[in-house]
Amino acid sequence: MKHTLSILVENKPGVLARVAGLFARRGFNIESLAVGITDDPSISRITSVVDVEEHSLEQIYKQLNKLINVLKVVDLPEDTSVQRELVLAKVSADPKARAEIIEIVDIFRGKIVDVGKETITIEITGASSKLCAFENLLRSYGVVDLVRSGMIALSRG
Amino acid sequence: MMRMTGARALLTCLEREGVEVIFGYPGGVLLPIYDVLYDSKKIRHVLTRHEQGAAHAADGYARATGKVGVCMATSGPGACNLVTGLATAGMDSQPVVAITGQVATHQIGTDAFQEADTTGITMPIVKHSYLLKDPKEVPDAVRDSFLIASTGRRGVVLIDIPVDVSRSEFDYEPVERKASLQGYKPTTRGHARQIREASRHILSSSRPVIYAGGGVIASDASQELRKLAKMLDIPVTTTLMAKGVFPETHRLSLGMLGMHGTSYANYAMMESDLVVAIGARFDDRITGHLDTFASKAKVIHIDIDPAEIGKNVKVDIPVVGDAKTVLRELIKELEKRAREAPPKDLKQWHRTINRWKKEYPLFIPDDGLCPQFVIDMVYRKTKGKAVIVTEVGQNQMWAAQFYKASIPRNFISSGGLGTMGFGLPAAIGAKIGRPHEVVIDIAGDGSIQMTSQELATAVIEKVPVKVFVLNNGYLGMVRQWQELFYGKRYSHTCLHCDVSPDFVKLAEAYGALGLRVTKPQEVDSVIDRALEYDGPVLVDFRVEPEENVFPMVAPGSSLDDMIGGKK
Ligand SMILES: Cc1cc2nc3c(=O)[nH]c(=O)nc-3n(C[C@H](O)[C@H](O)[C@H](O)COP(=O)(O)OP(=O)(O)OC[C@H]3O[C@@H](n4cnc5c(N)ncnc54)[C@H](O)[C@@H]3O)c2cc1C
Ligand SMILES: Cc1ncc(C[n+]2csc(CCOP(=O)(O)OP(=O)(O)O)c2C)c(N)n1
Ligand SMILES: [Mg+2]
Repeated sequence: MKHTLSILVENKPGVLARVAGLFARRGFNIESLAVGITDDPSISRITSVVDVEEHSLEQIYKQLNKLINVLKVVDLPEDTSVQRELVLAKVSADPKARAEIIEIVDIFRGKIVDVGKETITIEITGASSKLCAFENLLRSYGVVDLVRSGMIALSRG
Repeated sequence: MMRMTGARALLTCLEREGVEVIFGYPGGVLLPIYDVLYDSKKIRHVLTRHEQGAAHAADGYARATGKVGVCMATSGPGACNLVTGLATAGMDSQPVVAITGQVATHQIGTDAFQEADTTGITMPIVKHSYLLKDPKEVPDAVRDSFLIASTGRRGVVLIDIPVDVSRSEFDYEPVERKASLQGYKPTTRGHARQIREASRHILSSSRPVIYAGGGVIASDASQELRKLAKMLDIPVTTTLMAKGVFPETHRLSLGMLGMHGTSYANYAMMESDLVVAIGARFDDRITGHLDTFASKAKVIHIDIDPAEIGKNVKVDIPVVGDAKTVLRELIKELEKRAREAPPKDLKQWHRTINRWKKEYPLFIPDDGLCPQFVIDMVYRKTKGKAVIVTEVGQNQMWAAQFYKASIPRNFISSGGLGTMGFGLPAAIGAKIGRPHEVVIDIAGDGSIQMTSQELATAVIEKVPVKVFVLNNGYLGMVRQWQELFYGKRYSHTCLHCDVSPDFVKLAEAYGALGLRVTKPQEVDSVIDRALEYDGPVLVDFRVEPEENVFPMVAPGSSLDDMIGGKK
């Protein structure tokens, strides 16, 4: 099952390596990982999506907590948290297809952030399911390049 | 406030931590530190002959004394040579602080001369590490390292110091004793409700077993453990790491359990209705096949590391906390409850166990010069009071089976990593930590050759350790597996130690006393001679080459499925 972990860490050199190393060493699969500082510049937040069984999740949680630089680990369930990911997609868009693509972007509340001779670049945010649906639709036009930021999340309320 | 270099600050801080000895080996980037060390009145430096030896010696010192062991190595090759020793200490949760030199800060990442990414290489085996960038960081880093290494689940902390950090001056100010580590708060007190639950189960069990591990030694809880067992007449088995926490001569002792444990300890685990695990981590060497392990039992697990709970085995009553603190609370609770309702009668259980003890005792074969006989003789000659350090392999298992331990920290062995070559340097560390006690390294002919250069350290530093080599001419433990599971195809396990080396001459070359035993009748007097001699000794016991360690639970078998358990 997929879980979104929010890991608060001290903003010190090598911390990301420690966290990533732990995942690798214990054989936990990371689906995505996003890192950035919080409102307090001495603290960073690592948001990671992992696909594991309940038993492994407990181990990840406990093993992460053993790292000296890790301050707090929480599992953010989908229904009680806001989860967002950003996608930038460069799509081939000949003049014929352009209008259609723009319409799709509108429906998904995306944004066009760059237009080239043969491509347009789209920015869209949302939860995974929305982004997957969007990606599938774009595929028929030809995706030249695509990048996902990795999920970030905060608990609700 | 005082103006001083990073190197001087380092030594000042180590002295403040009460460090009395550093096991180390110098090199270019350590020059500023060694220069300060030259004048130190409080800290003894022991020059080992290999950095691996330094790490094992610091580890042996830590195991024998309970204090933090300190080792030091230069950048690049020196630091790399430390790695095996640090991994060995880490796997057995031993408190060690390693100091490594590093190339100058502006050279880091340039593949400079003797540069290795030491913090990177050691990241998976340390509890924590520091790469210092400024001498100002030295005082905090040293204080926090000692705190982290010696509290919670103990472990290895590494401090990597670039040469310019050692060399440059700053305004030193002693730091507060108390560290403020935001993300480090080990739980020591057990949850009261869990302790009540545990005591309820203990009192209603009719086939309880205490399964004690290295955590009992770490938390110095041997007295509490003994009290608990005797109070309710509960049999006790210990892991290799816990030998000595409960006297193996006591009627309640089942000895060691596991792959080469006693049959009765393993049967007791498998028939038990309540396993009380204290500071033990359900290693695969003791559980055998996981699905059948102690399947009739409820499990209470007392451990300071929450990640150990439920890691391998399903636990019914977890108690996270320090063994000593939890046991004290548990005993109080049990005393209270026992007054209200008498505990279960365990006579039937003891009868069953005694039958197993009679039927499946450990036994010494009576053919030729057998290693079990040698260990038994060592045990009797030292009255069970020596500090026994082991190498790895059959020698280690025979030592565990036949040296009945009854004092915590008196049986020192690399369990988790199983590092050949650990014994001699660890024995040197142990002897330096406890100079008034007899320290014996029970060695194998293979293992000893991995770090035999430390005989020079023992001679020069005047550390009178006794090395008893059970010389079977084989990588015996591997040969045993080949015999049992690979049709006696002894692929590359014969060491020809009757040809090379000549261990007596090797000892003599280093200036130690070398002795040899080839007949059972000589064992007695040669051990006497070795123990009386005032200096390092190596005895070459030419034991039966193809003796096996029994009983044995084949890998993947159920714990009660033992080979060779019966005479
Ligand atoms: C060739 C070979 C054969 C072996 N055969 C056997 C065998 O037959 N039987 C056997 O027992 N071992 C055997 N071993 C050793 C085995 O591999 C393990 O090292 C050993 O079983 C682990 O011991 P332990 O469970 O006591 O754990 P340790 O490694 O000592 O771990 C200690 C546990 O206690 C916890 N702890 C630490 N501090 C505290 C505290 N203050 N309070 C509470 N808890 C604490 C830790 O979190 C950890 O869970 C063998 C090793 C080798 C090399
Ligand atoms: C550094 C290292 N290399 C390899 C092994 C694998 N190994 C385990 S026991 C053993 C044989 C040890 O031989 P010896 O020291 O002669 O002891 P014996 O079993 O003969 O008593 C080997 C090779 C190990 N544990 N450690
Ligand atoms: Mg051998």
